[in-house]
Amino acid sequence: MAGYKVTRKNIMEAISKGKRLNGRGLFEQRPIEIKFGISNKAEGSVSVKFGKTEVVCGIKMDVSEPYPDHEDEGTMITSMELLPLASPEFEYGMPSIEAVEIARIVDRGIRESGFIDFKKLCIKEGEKVWSIFIDLATINDDGNLIDASALAAVLALLIARKPVYDKKKERVSYGEFTDEKLPLNIEKMPLTITFFKIGEKVFIDPTREEENATEGRLTVELSKPESEKSELINAMQKGGESPFSIKEIENIVEEATKMFKKLKVLVDGEIEKFEKEKTEKSEGKKSKRKEKVEE
Amino acid sequence: MTYKERFDKRDFKEMRPIDAKIGVVPNADGSAMFSFGDTIALASVYGPKTLTPKHMQNPEKGILRVHYTMLSFSVGERAKPGASRRSQEISKVTEWALSPVVRLDELPGTVIDIHIVIPQANAGTRCAGINAAAMALAHAGIPMTEMISAVSVGKIDDKICVDLIKEEEDYEEGEGATDMPVAYLSNSGKLTLLQLDGRISTEKFEEALEAGKDACKKIFELQKKVLKEYK
Repeated sequence: MAGYKVTRKNIMEAISKGKRLNGRGLFEQRPIEIKFGISNKAEGSVSVKFGKTEVVCGIKMDVSEPYPDHEDEGTMITSMELLPLASPEFEYGMPSIEAVEIARIVDRGIRESGFIDFKKLCIKEGEKVWSIFIDLATINDDGNLIDASALAAVLALLIARKPVYDKKKERVSYGEFTDEKLPLNIEKMPLTITFFKIGEKVFIDPTREEENATEGRLTVELSKPESEKSELINAMQKGGESPFSIKEIENIVEEATKMFKKLKVLVDGEIEKFEKEKTEKSEGKKSKRKEKVEE
Repeated sequence: MTYKERFDKRDFKEMRPIDAKIGVVPNADGSAMFSFGDTIALASVYGPKTLTPKHMQNPEKGILRVHYTMLSFSVGERAKPGASRRSQEISKVTEWALSPVVRLDELPGTVIDIHIVIPQANAGTRCAGINAAAMALAHAGIPMTEMISAVSVGKIDDKICVDLIKEEEDYEEGEGATDMPVAYLSNSGKLTLLQLDGRISTEKFEEALEAGKDACKKIFELQKKVLKEYK
Protein backbone atom coordinates (compact mmCIF):
# COMPACT_ATOMS: atom_id res chain seq x y z
CA MET A 1 0.00 0.00 0.00
CA ALA A 2 2.91 2.33 0.80
CA GLY A 3 4.23 1.91 -2.74
CA TYR A 4 0.85 2.80 -4.16
CA LYS A 5 0.67 6.05 -2.15
CA VAL A 6 4.12 7.16 -3.31
CA THR A 7 3.18 6.49 -6.91
CA ARG A 8 -0.05 8.39 -6.55
CA LYS A 9 1.76 11.35 -5.00
CA ASN A 10 4.34 11.31 -7.81
CA ILE A 11 1.63 11.19 -10.45
CA MET A 12 -0.22 14.10 -8.81
CA GLU A 13 2.94 16.20 -8.58
CA ALA A 14 3.84 15.64 -12.19
CA ILE A 15 0.30 16.33 -13.43
CA SER A 16 0.05 19.52 -11.37
CA LYS A 17 3.11 20.72 -13.31
CA GLY A 18 1.33 19.95 -16.58
CA LYS A 19 3.17 16.73 -17.48
CA ARG A 20 3.13 13.03 -16.72
CA LEU A 21 5.85 10.98 -15.10
CA ASN A 22 7.11 9.82 -18.49
CA GLY A 23 6.92 13.31 -20.04
CA ARG A 24 3.72 12.75 -22.03
CA GLY A 25 1.54 15.87 -22.34
CA LEU A 26 -1.85 16.10 -20.61
CA PHE A 27 -3.81 16.00 -23.88
CA GLU A 28 -1.39 13.69 -25.63
CA GLN A 29 -2.93 10.36 -26.60
CA ARG A 30 -0.78 7.20 -26.39
CA PRO A 31 -0.02 5.57 -29.76
CA ILE A 32 -3.15 3.87 -31.13
CA GLU A 33 -2.67 0.51 -32.86
CA ILE A 34 -5.55 -1.06 -34.77
CA LYS A 35 -5.79 -4.61 -36.07
CA PHE A 36 -8.88 -5.69 -38.01
CA GLY A 37 -10.23 -9.21 -38.38
CA ILE A 38 -9.11 -10.85 -35.13
CA SER A 39 -11.93 -13.40 -35.47
CA ASN A 40 -13.06 -14.71 -38.86
CA LYS A 41 -16.22 -16.00 -37.15
CA ALA A 42 -17.39 -12.50 -36.28
CA GLU A 43 -19.38 -10.25 -38.64
CA GLY A 44 -16.72 -7.64 -37.86
CA SER A 45 -13.87 -7.66 -35.36
CA VAL A 46 -10.97 -5.51 -34.25
CA SER A 47 -8.26 -5.12 -31.65
CA VAL A 48 -7.53 -1.61 -30.40
CA LYS A 49 -4.40 -0.79 -28.45
CA PHE A 50 -3.81 2.45 -26.55
CA GLY A 51 -0.20 1.91 -25.50
CA LYS A 52 -0.35 -1.25 -23.39
CA THR A 53 -4.14 -1.26 -23.08
CA GLU A 54 -5.73 -3.74 -25.49
CA VAL A 55 -9.47 -4.16 -26.04
CA VAL A 56 -11.07 -6.46 -28.60
CA CYS A 57 -14.53 -6.10 -30.11
CA GLY A 58 -16.57 -8.53 -32.16
CA ILE A 59 -19.93 -7.94 -33.86
CA LYS A 60 -22.35 -10.86 -34.06
CA MET A 61 -25.82 -10.69 -35.62
CA ASP A 62 -28.92 -12.74 -35.19
CA VAL A 63 -32.59 -12.51 -36.05
CA SER A 64 -35.12 -12.01 -33.28
CA GLU A 65 -38.44 -10.42 -32.42
CA PRO A 66 -38.50 -6.61 -32.19
CA TYR A 67 -39.38 -4.74 -29.01
CA PRO A 68 -43.15 -4.09 -28.84
CA ASP A 69 -42.63 -0.30 -28.80
CA HIS A 70 -40.32 -0.37 -31.85
CA GLU A 71 -41.86 -3.00 -34.07
CA ASP A 72 -40.05 -1.86 -37.23
CA GLU A 73 -36.57 -1.50 -35.79
CA GLY A 74 -33.63 -3.80 -35.22
CA THR A 75 -32.05 -4.15 -31.80
CA MET A 76 -28.57 -3.73 -30.36
CA ILE A 77 -26.99 -5.15 -27.22
CA THR A 78 -23.56 -4.06 -26.01
CA SER A 79 -21.60 -6.03 -23.46
CA MET A 80 -18.17 -5.78 -21.91
CA GLU A 81 -16.11 -8.47 -20.24
CA LEU A 82 -13.25 -7.43 -17.98
CA LEU A 83 -11.41 -10.71 -18.51
CA PRO A 84 -9.18 -11.86 -15.63
CA LEU A 85 -6.69 -12.71 -18.41
CA ALA A 86 -6.08 -8.97 -18.71
CA SER A 87 -5.44 -7.92 -15.13
CA PRO A 88 -4.94 -9.39 -11.64
CA GLU A 89 -7.69 -6.97 -10.52
CA PHE A 90 -10.44 -8.58 -12.65
CA GLU A 91 -12.48 -11.50 -11.36
CA TYR A 92 -14.91 -14.08 -12.73
CA GLY A 93 -18.59 -13.97 -11.92
CA MET A 94 -21.33 -11.47 -12.58
CA PRO A 95 -20.20 -8.49 -14.69
CA SER A 96 -18.79 -5.85 -12.34
CA ILE A 97 -20.28 -2.36 -12.24
CA GLU A 98 -17.16 -1.14 -14.09
CA ALA A 99 -17.89 -3.53 -16.99
CA VAL A 100 -21.59 -2.64 -17.03
CA GLU A 101 -20.85 1.09 -17.06
CA ILE A 102 -18.39 0.82 -19.96
CA ALA A 103 -20.88 -1.19 -22.01
CA ARG A 104 -23.63 1.33 -21.31
CA ILE A 105 -21.49 4.35 -22.19
CA VAL A 106 -20.43 2.73 -25.48
CA ASP A 107 -24.03 1.75 -26.21
CA ARG A 108 -25.41 5.24 -25.63
CA GLY A 109 -22.97 7.01 -27.92
CA ILE A 110 -23.80 4.66 -30.79
CA ARG A 111 -27.54 4.69 -30.17
CA GLU A 112 -28.04 8.43 -29.64
CA SER A 113 -25.85 9.55 -32.55
CA GLY A 114 -28.06 7.71 -35.03
CA PHE A 115 -24.98 5.92 -36.36
CA ILE A 116 -27.01 2.75 -36.95
CA ASP A 117 -30.18 2.96 -39.06
CA PHE A 118 -32.30 0.60 -36.98
CA LYS A 119 -35.29 0.85 -39.36
CA LYS A 120 -33.21 -0.77 -42.09
CA LEU A 121 -32.61 -3.73 -39.77
CA CYS A 122 -36.30 -4.67 -39.94
CA ILE A 123 -37.04 -7.89 -41.83
CA LYS A 124 -40.78 -8.19 -41.14
CA GLU A 125 -42.49 -5.56 -39.04
CA GLY A 126 -43.56 -6.81 -35.64
CA GLU A 127 -42.11 -10.25 -36.27
CA LYS A 128 -38.49 -10.41 -37.36
CA VAL A 129 -35.66 -7.92 -37.07
CA TRP A 130 -31.87 -8.10 -37.03
CA SER A 131 -30.22 -7.84 -33.64
CA ILE A 132 -26.66 -6.63 -33.35
CA PHE A 133 -24.43 -7.82 -30.53
CA ILE A 134 -21.46 -5.61 -29.79
CA ASP A 135 -19.21 -7.73 -27.57
CA LEU A 136 -16.17 -6.15 -25.97
CA ALA A 137 -13.41 -7.79 -23.94
CA THR A 138 -10.10 -6.76 -22.42
CA ILE A 139 -6.84 -8.45 -23.38
CA ASN A 140 -4.61 -6.15 -21.30
CA ASP A 141 -5.68 -3.33 -19.00
CA ASP A 142 -3.47 -0.29 -18.73
CA GLY A 143 -6.17 2.33 -18.24
CA ASN A 144 -8.73 4.27 -20.31
CA LEU A 145 -10.85 1.23 -21.16
CA ILE A 146 -13.87 3.45 -21.92
CA ASP A 147 -12.30 5.24 -24.90
CA ALA A 148 -10.53 2.15 -26.23
CA SER A 149 -13.83 0.20 -26.04
CA ALA A 150 -15.87 2.95 -27.71
CA LEU A 151 -13.37 3.19 -30.56
CA ALA A 152 -13.24 -0.59 -30.98
CA ALA A 153 -17.03 -0.80 -31.18
CA VAL A 154 -17.26 1.88 -33.88
CA LEU A 155 -14.45 0.32 -35.94
CA ALA A 156 -15.94 -3.18 -35.71
CA LEU A 157 -19.35 -1.86 -36.83
CA LEU A 158 -17.75 0.00 -39.74
CA ILE A 159 -16.16 -3.14 -41.21
CA ALA A 160 -18.91 -5.63 -40.31
CA ARG A 161 -20.89 -7.39 -43.02
CA LYS A 162 -24.22 -9.12 -42.61
CA PRO A 163 -24.40 -12.90 -42.29
CA VAL A 164 -26.53 -14.90 -44.71
CA TYR A 165 -30.19 -15.12 -43.70
CA ASP A 166 -32.00 -18.25 -44.85
CA LYS A 167 -35.49 -16.96 -45.66
CA LYS A 168 -37.02 -20.43 -45.93
CA LYS A 169 -35.69 -21.67 -42.60
CA GLU A 170 -36.13 -18.17 -41.15
CA ARG A 171 -32.75 -18.25 -39.46
CA VAL A 172 -29.17 -17.09 -39.90
CA SER A 173 -26.73 -19.38 -41.71
CA TYR A 174 -23.91 -18.99 -39.21
CA GLY A 175 -20.45 -18.63 -40.63
CA GLU A 176 -21.69 -17.50 -44.07
CA PHE A 177 -21.34 -13.83 -44.86
CA THR A 178 -22.77 -11.53 -47.48
CA ASP A 179 -20.86 -8.54 -48.89
CA GLU A 180 -23.54 -6.29 -47.47
CA LYS A 181 -22.45 -3.82 -44.81
CA LEU A 182 -24.56 -2.81 -41.85
CA PRO A 183 -26.96 0.11 -42.43
CA LEU A 184 -24.82 2.87 -40.95
CA ASN A 185 -25.04 6.63 -41.21
CA ILE A 186 -21.29 7.01 -41.49
CA GLU A 187 -21.42 10.80 -41.24
CA LYS A 188 -23.01 10.41 -37.79
CA MET A 189 -20.16 8.30 -36.46
CA PRO A 190 -19.79 8.86 -32.69
CA LEU A 191 -16.36 9.21 -31.11
CA THR A 192 -15.66 9.15 -27.41
CA ILE A 193 -13.15 11.05 -25.32
CA THR A 194 -12.93 10.77 -21.54
CA PHE A 195 -11.29 13.47 -19.43
CA PHE A 196 -9.82 12.63 -16.05
CA LYS A 197 -9.22 14.96 -13.13
CA ILE A 198 -6.55 15.13 -10.45
CA GLY A 199 -6.71 18.21 -8.23
CA GLU A 200 -7.43 21.07 -10.61
CA LYS A 201 -5.80 19.42 -13.63
CA VAL A 202 -7.63 17.63 -16.41
CA PHE A 203 -6.01 15.14 -18.83
CA ILE A 204 -6.85 12.29 -21.20
CA ASP A 205 -5.88 8.68 -21.84
CA PRO A 206 -4.49 7.70 -18.42
CA THR A 207 -2.47 4.58 -17.74
CA ARG A 208 -3.96 2.31 -15.07
CA GLU A 209 -1.73 3.86 -12.38
CA GLU A 210 -2.78 7.35 -13.41
CA GLU A 211 -6.45 6.40 -13.65
CA ASN A 212 -6.38 4.90 -10.14
CA ALA A 213 -4.99 8.19 -8.86
CA THR A 214 -7.77 10.29 -10.43
CA GLU A 215 -10.74 11.63 -8.49
CA GLY A 216 -13.22 12.19 -11.28
CA ARG A 217 -13.85 11.76 -14.99
CA LEU A 218 -16.11 13.11 -17.68
CA THR A 219 -16.84 11.19 -20.85
CA VAL A 220 -17.96 13.16 -23.92
CA GLU A 221 -19.37 11.39 -26.98
CA LEU A 222 -19.54 13.54 -30.08
CA SER A 223 -20.58 13.26 -33.70
CA LYS A 224 -20.50 15.67 -36.62
CA PRO A 225 -23.38 15.09 -39.03
CA GLU A 226 -23.12 16.84 -42.40
CA SER A 227 -26.22 18.90 -41.62
CA GLU A 228 -24.57 20.48 -38.57
CA LYS A 229 -22.07 23.33 -38.48
CA SER A 230 -20.20 21.91 -35.52
CA GLU A 231 -20.03 18.79 -33.39
CA LEU A 232 -23.05 17.50 -31.50
CA ILE A 233 -22.86 16.00 -28.03
CA ASN A 234 -24.66 12.63 -28.08
CA ALA A 235 -23.86 11.30 -24.65
CA MET A 236 -21.99 12.26 -21.51
CA GLN A 237 -21.12 10.54 -18.28
CA LYS A 238 -19.55 12.05 -15.21
CA GLY A 239 -17.84 9.42 -13.08
CA GLY A 240 -16.00 9.51 -9.78
CA GLU A 241 -16.52 11.64 -6.73
CA SER A 242 -14.86 14.88 -7.71
CA PRO A 243 -17.25 17.68 -8.79
CA PHE A 244 -16.65 19.71 -11.97
CA SER A 245 -17.26 23.46 -12.34
CA ILE A 246 -19.19 24.83 -15.34
CA LYS A 247 -15.96 26.43 -16.53
CA GLU A 248 -14.15 23.08 -16.36
CA ILE A 249 -16.93 21.36 -18.26
CA GLU A 250 -16.94 24.03 -20.96
CA ASN A 251 -13.19 23.67 -21.36
CA ILE A 252 -13.51 19.89 -21.56
CA VAL A 253 -16.18 20.09 -24.26
CA GLU A 254 -14.02 22.48 -26.26
CA GLU A 255 -10.99 20.21 -25.90
CA ALA A 256 -13.21 17.22 -26.81
CA THR A 257 -14.16 18.77 -30.16
CA LYS A 258 -10.45 19.17 -30.96
CA MET A 259 -9.76 15.54 -29.98
CA PHE A 260 -12.79 14.46 -32.02
CA LYS A 261 -11.32 15.93 -35.21
CA LYS A 262 -7.98 14.20 -34.66
CA LEU A 263 -9.61 10.89 -33.84
CA LYS A 264 -11.84 11.14 -36.91
CA VAL A 265 -8.81 11.53 -39.19
CA LEU A 266 -7.34 8.40 -37.63
CA VAL A 267 -10.55 6.37 -38.03
CA ASP A 268 -11.09 7.52 -41.63
CA GLY A 269 -7.49 6.61 -42.45
CA GLU A 270 -7.72 3.16 -40.89
CA ILE A 271 -10.99 2.36 -42.64
CA GLU A 272 -9.65 3.56 -45.98
CA LYS A 273 -6.58 1.35 -45.53
CA PHE A 274 -8.78 -1.61 -44.59
CA GLU A 275 -11.04 -1.16 -47.64
CA LYS A 276 -8.05 -0.80 -49.94
CA GLU A 277 -6.44 -3.98 -48.65
CA LYS A 278 -9.75 -5.80 -48.97
CA THR A 279 -10.18 -4.70 -52.61
CA GLU A 280 -6.61 -5.67 -53.43
CA LYS A 281 -7.12 -9.06 -51.84
CA SER A 282 -10.33 -9.78 -53.73
CA GLU A 283 -8.81 -8.54 -56.99
CA GLY A 284 -5.81 -10.76 -56.32
CA LYS A 285 -8.14 -13.70 -55.83
CA LYS A 286 -10.07 -12.84 -58.98
CA SER A 287 -6.95 -12.64 -61.12
CA LYS A 288 -5.73 -15.94 -59.66
CA ARG A 289 -9.05 -17.53 -60.48
CA LYS A 290 -8.79 -16.12 -63.99
CA GLU A 291 -5.33 -17.61 -64.39
CA LYS A 292 -6.68 -20.98 -63.39
CA VAL A 293 -9.47 -20.75 -65.93
CA GLU A 294 -7.01 -19.77 -68.64
CA GLU A 295 -4.74 -22.69 -67.78
CA MET B 1 -17.91 -42.32 -50.29
CA THR B 2 -14.80 -42.50 -48.19
CA TYR B 3 -12.78 -39.65 -46.77
CA LYS B 4 -10.07 -39.59 -49.45
CA GLU B 5 -8.92 -36.01 -49.22
CA ARG B 6 -9.14 -33.61 -46.28
CA PHE B 7 -11.37 -30.55 -46.57
CA ASP B 8 -8.34 -28.27 -46.54
CA LYS B 9 -6.18 -30.61 -48.71
CA ARG B 10 -3.72 -31.39 -45.91
CA ASP B 11 -2.05 -34.78 -45.56
CA PHE B 12 -3.90 -36.91 -43.03
CA LYS B 13 -1.17 -36.65 -40.43
CA GLU B 14 -0.24 -33.06 -41.17
CA MET B 15 -1.13 -30.24 -38.78
CA ARG B 16 -2.34 -26.83 -39.89
CA PRO B 17 0.44 -24.20 -39.80
CA ILE B 18 1.32 -23.64 -36.13
CA ASP B 19 2.45 -20.36 -34.64
CA ALA B 20 3.36 -19.15 -31.16
CA LYS B 21 4.29 -15.92 -29.43
CA ILE B 22 5.39 -14.95 -25.93
CA GLY B 23 4.37 -11.86 -23.93
CA VAL B 24 0.96 -11.10 -25.45
CA VAL B 25 -0.47 -9.84 -22.12
CA PRO B 26 1.97 -7.31 -20.61
CA ASN B 27 0.16 -7.23 -17.24
CA ALA B 28 0.62 -10.95 -16.62
CA ASP B 29 3.58 -12.69 -14.97
CA GLY B 30 3.70 -14.89 -18.06
CA SER B 31 1.68 -15.03 -21.28
CA ALA B 32 1.61 -16.66 -24.69
CA MET B 33 -0.39 -17.15 -27.89
CA PHE B 34 -0.58 -20.48 -29.72
CA SER B 35 -2.44 -21.15 -32.97
CA PHE B 36 -3.34 -24.11 -35.18
CA GLY B 37 -4.31 -22.36 -38.42
CA ASP B 38 -7.28 -20.16 -37.56
CA THR B 39 -7.74 -21.60 -34.07
CA ILE B 40 -6.11 -19.14 -31.70
CA ALA B 41 -5.57 -19.36 -27.93
CA LEU B 42 -4.22 -16.71 -25.58
CA ALA B 43 -3.02 -17.63 -22.10
CA SER B 44 -1.90 -15.53 -19.17
CA VAL B 45 -0.42 -16.64 -15.85
CA TYR B 46 -0.70 -14.71 -12.58
CA GLY B 47 1.28 -16.02 -9.65
CA PRO B 48 2.46 -17.80 -7.69
CA LYS B 49 0.69 -15.62 -5.14
CA THR B 50 -0.55 -16.21 -1.60
CA LEU B 51 -3.93 -17.90 -1.69
CA THR B 52 -6.79 -16.22 0.15
CA PRO B 53 -8.96 -17.08 2.03
CA LYS B 54 -6.29 -18.78 4.07
CA HIS B 55 -8.30 -21.93 4.78
CA MET B 56 -8.13 -22.79 1.09
CA GLN B 57 -4.34 -22.91 1.18
CA ASN B 58 -2.53 -26.21 1.04
CA PRO B 59 0.49 -26.12 3.40
CA GLU B 60 2.08 -28.99 1.47
CA LYS B 61 1.92 -27.62 -2.07
CA GLY B 62 0.66 -24.86 -4.33
CA ILE B 63 -2.62 -24.90 -6.23
CA LEU B 64 -3.03 -24.51 -9.99
CA ARG B 65 -6.31 -23.02 -11.25
CA VAL B 66 -7.24 -22.96 -14.92
CA HIS B 67 -10.04 -20.85 -16.41
CA TYR B 68 -10.91 -21.46 -20.06
CA THR B 69 -13.16 -18.95 -21.88
CA MET B 70 -14.32 -18.62 -25.48
CA LEU B 71 -15.09 -15.09 -26.62
CA SER B 72 -18.69 -14.73 -27.74
CA PHE B 73 -17.63 -13.92 -31.31
CA SER B 74 -15.05 -16.73 -31.65
CA VAL B 75 -17.67 -19.08 -33.14
CA GLY B 76 -20.40 -18.89 -35.80
CA GLU B 77 -23.44 -18.64 -33.54
CA ARG B 78 -22.76 -16.13 -30.77
CA ALA B 79 -21.67 -17.92 -27.59
CA LYS B 80 -23.17 -16.56 -24.40
CA PRO B 81 -20.40 -14.95 -22.32
CA GLY B 82 -19.50 -16.66 -19.06
CA ALA B 83 -18.85 -20.22 -17.95
CA SER B 84 -20.69 -23.10 -19.59
CA ARG B 85 -20.66 -26.80 -18.66
CA ARG B 86 -18.29 -27.34 -21.56
CA SER B 87 -15.86 -24.59 -20.55
CA GLN B 88 -15.84 -25.80 -16.93
CA GLU B 89 -14.90 -29.32 -18.01
CA ILE B 90 -12.17 -28.04 -20.33
CA SER B 91 -10.76 -25.89 -17.52
CA LYS B 92 -10.57 -28.95 -15.28
CA VAL B 93 -8.95 -31.33 -17.80
CA THR B 94 -6.48 -28.57 -18.71
CA GLU B 95 -5.61 -28.24 -15.03
CA TRP B 96 -4.92 -32.00 -14.90
CA ALA B 97 -2.93 -31.77 -18.12
CA LEU B 98 -0.64 -29.02 -16.82
CA SER B 99 -0.22 -29.69 -13.09
CA PRO B 100 1.98 -32.84 -13.28
CA VAL B 101 4.95 -30.83 -14.57
CA VAL B 102 4.60 -27.81 -12.27
CA ARG B 103 6.72 -28.08 -9.12
CA LEU B 104 3.81 -27.21 -6.86
CA ASP B 105 5.66 -28.88 -3.98
CA GLU B 106 8.09 -25.95 -4.10
CA LEU B 107 5.24 -23.42 -3.79
CA PRO B 108 3.23 -24.31 -0.64
CA GLY B 109 0.38 -22.01 0.35
CA THR B 110 0.27 -20.33 -3.06
CA VAL B 111 -1.98 -20.31 -6.09
CA ILE B 112 -1.16 -19.97 -9.78
CA ASP B 113 -4.01 -18.71 -11.94
CA ILE B 114 -3.98 -19.57 -15.64
CA HIS B 115 -6.49 -17.81 -17.89
CA ILE B 116 -7.07 -19.17 -21.39
CA VAL B 117 -9.08 -17.08 -23.85
CA ILE B 118 -10.11 -18.16 -27.35
CA PRO B 119 -10.70 -15.20 -29.71
CA GLN B 120 -11.14 -17.32 -32.88
CA ALA B 121 -12.10 -20.99 -32.98
CA ASN B 122 -12.00 -23.72 -35.59
CA ALA B 123 -11.73 -26.88 -33.41
CA GLY B 124 -8.76 -27.88 -31.26
CA THR B 125 -9.18 -24.95 -28.87
CA ARG B 126 -8.41 -26.92 -25.68
CA CYS B 127 -5.17 -28.20 -27.23
CA ALA B 128 -4.14 -24.73 -28.43
CA GLY B 129 -5.00 -23.50 -24.92
CA ILE B 130 -2.78 -26.12 -23.25
CA ASN B 131 0.11 -25.28 -25.60
CA ALA B 132 -0.23 -21.56 -24.89
CA ALA B 133 -0.64 -22.12 -21.13
CA ALA B 134 2.45 -24.35 -20.92
CA MET B 135 4.49 -21.63 -22.63
CA ALA B 136 2.99 -18.92 -20.40
CA LEU B 137 4.00 -20.93 -17.29
CA ALA B 138 7.56 -21.15 -18.60
CA HIS B 139 7.51 -17.42 -19.43
CA ALA B 140 6.39 -16.68 -15.86
CA GLY B 141 9.44 -18.56 -14.58
CA ILE B 142 7.35 -21.17 -12.75
CA PRO B 143 9.49 -24.22 -11.94
CA MET B 144 8.54 -27.04 -14.34
CA THR B 145 9.98 -30.50 -14.84
CA GLU B 146 9.16 -30.74 -18.56
CA MET B 147 7.12 -29.15 -21.33
CA ILE B 148 3.61 -30.12 -22.42
CA SER B 149 2.33 -30.23 -26.00
CA ALA B 150 -1.21 -31.02 -27.06
CA VAL B 151 -2.99 -31.79 -30.31
CA SER B 152 -6.34 -33.20 -31.34
CA VAL B 153 -6.16 -36.42 -33.31
CA GLY B 154 -9.03 -38.44 -34.59
CA LYS B 155 -10.53 -40.75 -37.10
CA ILE B 156 -12.57 -39.32 -39.96
CA ASP B 157 -14.38 -42.18 -41.68
CA ASP B 158 -11.54 -44.77 -41.62
CA LYS B 159 -8.62 -42.32 -41.78
CA ILE B 160 -6.50 -41.30 -38.79
CA CYS B 161 -6.19 -37.49 -38.97
CA VAL B 162 -4.14 -35.02 -36.99
CA ASP B 163 -5.38 -31.57 -35.90
CA LEU B 164 -9.04 -31.79 -36.87
CA ILE B 165 -11.00 -28.79 -38.10
CA LYS B 166 -14.68 -28.13 -37.37
CA GLU B 167 -15.88 -29.61 -40.68
CA GLU B 168 -14.08 -32.85 -39.85
CA GLU B 169 -15.49 -33.01 -36.33
CA ASP B 170 -18.95 -32.73 -37.91
CA TYR B 171 -18.28 -35.41 -40.58
CA GLU B 172 -21.12 -37.91 -40.65
CA GLU B 173 -20.49 -40.14 -43.65
CA GLY B 174 -18.91 -43.61 -43.50
CA GLU B 175 -17.68 -44.32 -40.00
CA GLY B 176 -18.22 -40.68 -38.99
CA ALA B 177 -15.86 -38.72 -36.78
CA THR B 178 -13.90 -39.73 -33.70
CA ASP B 179 -12.22 -36.86 -31.87
CA MET B 180 -9.39 -37.45 -29.43
CA PRO B 181 -7.46 -34.58 -27.87
CA VAL B 182 -4.15 -35.64 -26.32
CA ALA B 183 -1.30 -33.94 -24.45
CA TYR B 184 2.17 -35.44 -24.18
CA LEU B 185 5.04 -34.62 -21.84
CA SER B 186 8.15 -33.62 -23.76
CA ASN B 187 10.70 -35.87 -22.00
CA SER B 188 8.93 -38.81 -20.44
CA GLY B 189 6.46 -39.15 -23.34
CA LYS B 190 3.58 -39.71 -20.90
CA LEU B 191 0.05 -38.48 -21.56
CA THR B 192 -1.55 -35.82 -19.36
CA LEU B 193 -4.71 -35.27 -21.43
CA LEU B 194 -6.79 -37.93 -23.10
CA GLN B 195 -10.40 -37.58 -24.11
CA LEU B 196 -12.31 -39.39 -26.82
CA ASP B 197 -15.67 -39.07 -28.53
CA GLY B 198 -16.76 -41.43 -31.29
CA ARG B 199 -16.17 -45.04 -32.23
CA ILE B 200 -12.72 -46.46 -32.92
CA SER B 201 -11.13 -49.94 -32.88
CA THR B 202 -8.31 -50.64 -30.44
CA GLU B 203 -5.84 -50.96 -33.37
CA LYS B 204 -6.83 -47.61 -34.83
CA PHE B 205 -6.74 -46.09 -31.36
CA GLU B 206 -3.08 -47.08 -31.04
CA GLU B 207 -2.36 -45.60 -34.45
CA ALA B 208 -4.02 -42.35 -33.36
CA LEU B 209 -1.92 -42.24 -30.18
CA GLU B 210 1.26 -42.56 -32.25
CA ALA B 211 0.13 -39.88 -34.70
CA GLY B 212 -0.58 -37.55 -31.79
CA LYS B 213 2.84 -38.22 -30.31
CA ASP B 214 4.61 -37.33 -33.57
CA ALA B 215 2.63 -34.09 -33.92
CA CYS B 216 3.34 -33.13 -30.29
CA LYS B 217 7.07 -33.50 -30.95
CA LYS B 218 6.77 -30.86 -33.68
CA ILE B 219 4.73 -28.61 -31.39
CA PHE B 220 7.37 -29.00 -28.67
CA GLU B 221 10.09 -27.92 -31.13
CA LEU B 222 8.17 -24.71 -31.85
CA GLN B 223 7.45 -24.05 -28.16
CA LYS B 224 11.13 -24.52 -27.34
CA LYS B 225 12.27 -22.29 -30.20
CA VAL B 226 9.89 -19.44 -29.37
CA LEU B 227 10.73 -19.57 -25.65
CA LYS B 228 14.46 -19.56 -26.37
CA GLU B 229 14.21 -16.65 -28.81
CA TYR B 230 12.12 -14.50 -26.45
CA LYS B 231 14.04 -11.70 -24.79
